[in-house]
Amino acid sequence: MTATVRGTAASMPRPDYATLIQSDRVHGSLYTSEQIFAEELERIWYRTWVYIGHASEVPEPGDYVRKSVGPQDLIMTRDRDGGLHVLLNRCAHRANLVCEDARGNSKSFRCPYHGWTYRNTGELIGYPYRQGYEGNGKLDLAMGRVPRVDSYHGFVFGSFAADGPTLAEHLGAAAGEIDRLARLSPDGQVQLNAGWLKHRTRANWKLLAENETDGYHPQFVHSSIFSVTGSPIAALYSDKSSAVTRNLGNGHSENDLRPEFRNFGEPMRWFGTTQARVPDYVARMREVHGEAAEQILVEGAPHVMIFPNLFIAEIQVFVIQPLSAGECIQHSTAVQLKGAPELNKRMVSQSIGSVGPAGMLLADDTEMYERNQRGVAMLQPEWLDLRRGLHRERVDERGLTIGTATDETAMRGFWSHYRTLMEAAA
Amino acid sequence: MTAVAVSELDLRQIEQFLYREARYADEHDYDAWEALWTDDALYWVPAGADAVDPTSQMSVIYDNRSRISTRLKQLRTGKRHSQSPPSSLRRVISNVEVLSGEVLSGEVLSGEVLSGEVPDGQVPGGEVPGVEMRGGGGAETIVGANFMLAESRARGTEIWAGRTTYRLRVVDGEIRLAYKKVLLVNCDQPLPTLAFLI
Repeated sequence: MTATVRGTAASMPRPDYATLIQSDRVHGSLYTSEQIFAEELERIWYRTWVYIGHASEVPEPGDYVRKSVGPQDLIMTRDRDGGLHVLLNRCAHRANLVCEDARGNSKSFRCPYHGWTYRNTGELIGYPYRQGYEGNGKLDLAMGRVPRVDSYHGFVFGSFAADGPTLAEHLGAAAGEIDRLARLSPDGQVQLNAGWLKHRTRANWKLLAENETDGYHPQFVHSSIFSVTGSPIAALYSDKSSAVTRNLGNGHSENDLRPEFRNFGEPMRWFGTTQARVPDYVARMREVHGEAAEQILVEGAPHVMIFPNLFIAEIQVFVIQPLSAGECIQHSTAVQLKGAPELNKRMVSQSIGSVGPAGMLLADDTEMYERNQRGVAMLQPEWLDLRRGLHRERVDERGLTIGTATDETAMRGFWSHYRTLMEAAA
Repeated sequence: MTAVAVSELDLRQIEQFLYREARYADEHDYDAWEALWTDDALYWVPAGADAVDPTSQMSVIYDNRSRISTRLKQLRTGKRHSQSPPSSLRRVISNVEVLSGEVLSGEVLSGEVLSGEVPDGQVPGGEVPGVEMRGGGGAETIVGANFMLAESRARGTEIWAGRTTYRLRVVDGEIRLAYKKVLLVNCDQPLPTLAFLI
């Protein structure tokens, strides 16, 4: 299939991204312009690698689950040989939705409109009344497919572009953060099988992407819950924190909390507990990892934003789905670690408390996103400032730019990559 | 409706309790609302479906008594931004039905009541729905009701609607809320922020 998208504003001059995106500030119209949103769909969402779903959501042959990238309705399937496919939910005949169920198991999909039937690989295998097409029953039609699909530790990504960088090239330094998450499973496997919350958000998707590794906001946005629960999270994002904000390249970024946890040197502190309370897990990790277990148990899980739509926040995974310049959906779930039943129920319970429409953390982030969206519609001042920590950035031993826990290093990395993509040839 | 006759609590008392609970929630009277709950309370808003195990699947809200307390403490700080300022709320409760109640001497629950909605097969511990004896108290009365709720805040007006299942228990002569499950009609769709008490 061709994944090209109709240019929505061919007659309008293209925005000058070099002017709108500067090293220390970005223009407010980037969050409000529907023209820019249409260009983002073409140049980011339908071109670069985007997160689609997790292999653990379709464990068995024939399993399928509905997914989305922006406004695109997708079906992620597993074929009889175990291969993963991402189909566009559209009949090749009259463009009806082929699949209405959120998930299930089936070798084929039958369009309800005229009965056209497709294998779960997208291949057209039949249609009623073949005489109407004068041939031998074969038609050169199929469901649309995301042309490039690849996965890393079960995280399935797709690119609507037939050519381009590989997933490994796209992930770059961020791959190591997914490694760190998978390593926390005694079996080395992450599972995302706890179901998803869907949070409708009247804000531009980039406000979310920027906020995910903004270490400046937690003390203010989340002070209500930190003060009530005596949460140690606040200290991780204080001005005195030894944590760092790292630009991982390609728009990816992280809040690296390991320096803080190393200072304490307490296994499972990252999880808000002690090793005595999860003895079986700790024992299994030591069995699997030997001496290396200590470091793994002390350093914990990553806090990483993978451009443009996957956010792993220690024990939660978020997926950002943009719908328009002013609206998006946050999908969120709890991380589940294969072989760690002691942790898994706690992760579900903690995640329910924290994320989604009623979450004691995310409801307040979302309130900020929505007020921010109203704010960027104001005429003056036109710019959003990105200077925090610019004067004290350093380059670490891996050659990556880092700032302190509260610096805007991650946002600057996001915008640099965004600009590269938006300025690329159509 | 015969089920009313078999309940220790009569429908009028039950309705008055539900209306009061609704008013406390609408008016953000957190202290009064909190006082309605039993010590083993459970407050559940499923995501997508209620035929799941909420200890292993995500829910919008799944609060035990301790987490209800945390949620209310957060609201009381005045810095829970998603409720500061608080949403303006009014809800209507209707179609109140006693789904099962304590059996008075010589009476039997009608089959119709038992075969109607089976309220909650997924209460932790897997208890069978219906009348049951709980450690600290007496029998529970299971009540179902529909609601519609208008929420206004700067973001706009939202209409919320759904089916609520309550488990009521008489403690020291007063009705208490042991369990409240709110199954939103649109629970399988993306939901806006739900930071008030639903």
